[in-house]
Amino acid sequence: MEADLAQRIARNPKYQELKAKRSAFGWMLTVLMLVVYYGFIMLVAFNKAFLSQRLGEGVTTVGMPIGFGVIVFTVLITGIYVRRANKEFDALTEEVAKEALK
Amino acid sequence: MSRALRAGWWLGLAALAVAGVAHAAGGDLGQAEKQPTNWTAIIMFAVFVIFTLFITKWAAARTKSAADFYTAGGGITGFQNGLAIAGDYMSAASFLGISAAVMTGGFDGLIYSIGFLVGWPVVTFLLAERLRNLGKFTFADVAAFRFDQTPIRVFAASGTLVVVAFYLIAQMVGAGQLIKLLFGLEYWIAVVIVGALMMIYVLFGGMTATTWVQIIKACLLLGGATFMALMVLVNFGFSPEAMFAKAVEIKTGIATAAGKAPDAAAKEGFSIMGPGGFIKDPISAISFGIALMFGTAGLPHILMRFFTVPNAKEARKSVFWATTWIGYFYLLTFIIGFGAITFVLTNSAFLDGKGGLLGGGNMAAVHLAAAVGGNVFLGFISAVAFATILAVVAGLTLSGASAVSHDLYATVFKHGKADSTAELKVSRMTTVALGIIAVLLGIAFEKQNIAFMVSLAFAIAASANFPVLLMSVLWKDCTTKGAVVGGFLGLLSSLALTIVSPSVWEATLGNPKGSALFPYASPALFSMTIGFVGIWLVSLLDRGGRATQDRAGFLAQQVRSETGIGAAGASGH
Repeated sequence: MEADLAQRIARNPKYQELKAKRSAFGWMLTVLMLVVYYGFIMLVAFNKAFLSQRLGEGVTTVGMPIGFGVIVFTVLITGIYVRRANKEFDALTEEVAKEALK
Repeated sequence: MSRALRAGWWLGLAALAVAGVAHAAGGDLGQAEKQPTNWTAIIMFAVFVIFTLFITKWAAARTKSAADFYTAGGGITGFQNGLAIAGDYMSAASFLGISAAVMTGGFDGLIYSIGFLVGWPVVTFLLAERLRNLGKFTFADVAAFRFDQTPIRVFAASGTLVVVAFYLIAQMVGAGQLIKLLFGLEYWIAVVIVGALMMIYVLFGGMTATTWVQIIKACLLLGGATFMALMVLVNFGFSPEAMFAKAVEIKTGIATAAGKAPDAAAKEGFSIMGPGGFIKDPISAISFGIALMFGTAGLPHILMRFFTVPNAKEARKSVFWATTWIGYFYLLTFIIGFGAITFVLTNSAFLDGKGGLLGGGNMAAVHLAAAVGGNVFLGFISAVAFATILAVVAGLTLSGASAVSHDLYATVFKHGKADSTAELKVSRMTTVALGIIAVLLGIAFEKQNIAFMVSLAFAIAASANFPVLLMSVLWKDCTTKGAVVGGFLGLLSSLALTIVSPSVWEATLGNPKGSALFPYASPALFSMTIGFVGIWLVSLLDRGGRATQDRAGFLAQQVRSETGIGAAGASGH
């Protein structure tokens, strides 16, 4: 890419908006994922008794829905990012590209 | 639990990850016993091979340029690529090893499988679309975007080849052990079959054939595992509680039969419902978690898959589908593991009389296949398990061949002036060389304890490839010198710490228990930190002329990584 084209795009407020929004959203979700996973690992390391508690009358423990929950959460959080990026971020990208190349 | 026992646990789990044939507690790969020749499985596998060879023939006609060879011309859709990524990632070891770990330890197996899933969101949020916007054929294209090409390419090729080598050895040895178990054939036959077939797929069909082999394998594996999980759940009226209750009852019965007092037996039976011995030492747990999570974002054969889709949107869809299928797969292996407790551990036809499974601990899913689907389904699952290894090694070989032909030959030796035909010829020669090397290594490592190899591959990917990739894409002040020095520090430290860790120092090299200098299960917590700090510090101190140029190039790189303007597009088709 020519340097002046890059400069021109970088000055476009829409590009700035795209960059700021995606970066904030991406890092926020990354931190959330780290908290959930390492929180789960810490629970396993330091509070086994909590996870081994029975939920009700049966044998199902607190750990089961939590463990399954981490798997479902991982898939959902990925889906949430992809959904927003494919709609909002891609629309912004298209506008930036249109303005840069006209 | 003593340190030695704890090390044994980790070893055991690492062994499951590697070969899928190690006994759950021992981690010794030599334990796979040869079974009677299973003709149903062999015929089904032959059908799979013939079908994939036809696909390779079709793909070969479409593989003309280097771009076709490396990226299938960039014309794979996000959904297809997601399945192919899942096919690349779900190994025979995950299928047989994790279901066996669940059968043995219940909840502990779930903790283990979660580690393999959580890296995917990180790939999505930080790398997937940026990779697609910046790169063309290999992850080195991205890491070297604004840097001095030669040193970065040499580093990236080293990182790729080292990761591919360890991963490949693990798969080859796993294939040999598996064929003894599942087909009742000799070890070397399996290694040669795998080596020859992967060579044919990659040599003639390149990325197109590799992608379709991975997609088909993913569908077969997901279909087979879904059927098994459904058959298990039907028996319990789709009530997880009923399944868990029965499993606890059976585990309690086994403990009672082993001479435990009723209270102790009940406690042991219930222990599968919560965390047990998997995590004793938090440092090992975190370090292992880091290796799996960030290693996923640094595996060259996975990163390469992002260049097969036409744009950033499809790249994002790929990771979403991959995460969905892989997450679903781990839920299935969990149900299959509990199914194995209730159907396999209660049936003397599957037991060796000493309380163990016929053929070794990792036969849990295979025996369950026979229990719920009869002999034909057993043959199907055995064939799928073997096909799984083929798909994984094909992806690895392609990635190794690209590192040699695209990064070393075309960029370092020809300074980017190699023509497409010559580059293609070099990648094909490398494919043949890698195939032969993989077969020889597979045979050489037959009797070795290679339990550490897949976790080592993940640790190196997390400590060398991932930091360089992330810092070069996101940090303005990163320089060529910083990336190369930090990357090699991460690579060497993860290698060195693994050698002096219990799994290599004691279990493989035979030194006495407790003599390992590095006590933890995975080096990633330390070696990844070394990699990042190395890149940061050296870049910061780098005042050369090249450093100024590197920093000046960031703006253009960032604009392209964010918008995709100027990115390499799909090449026709």
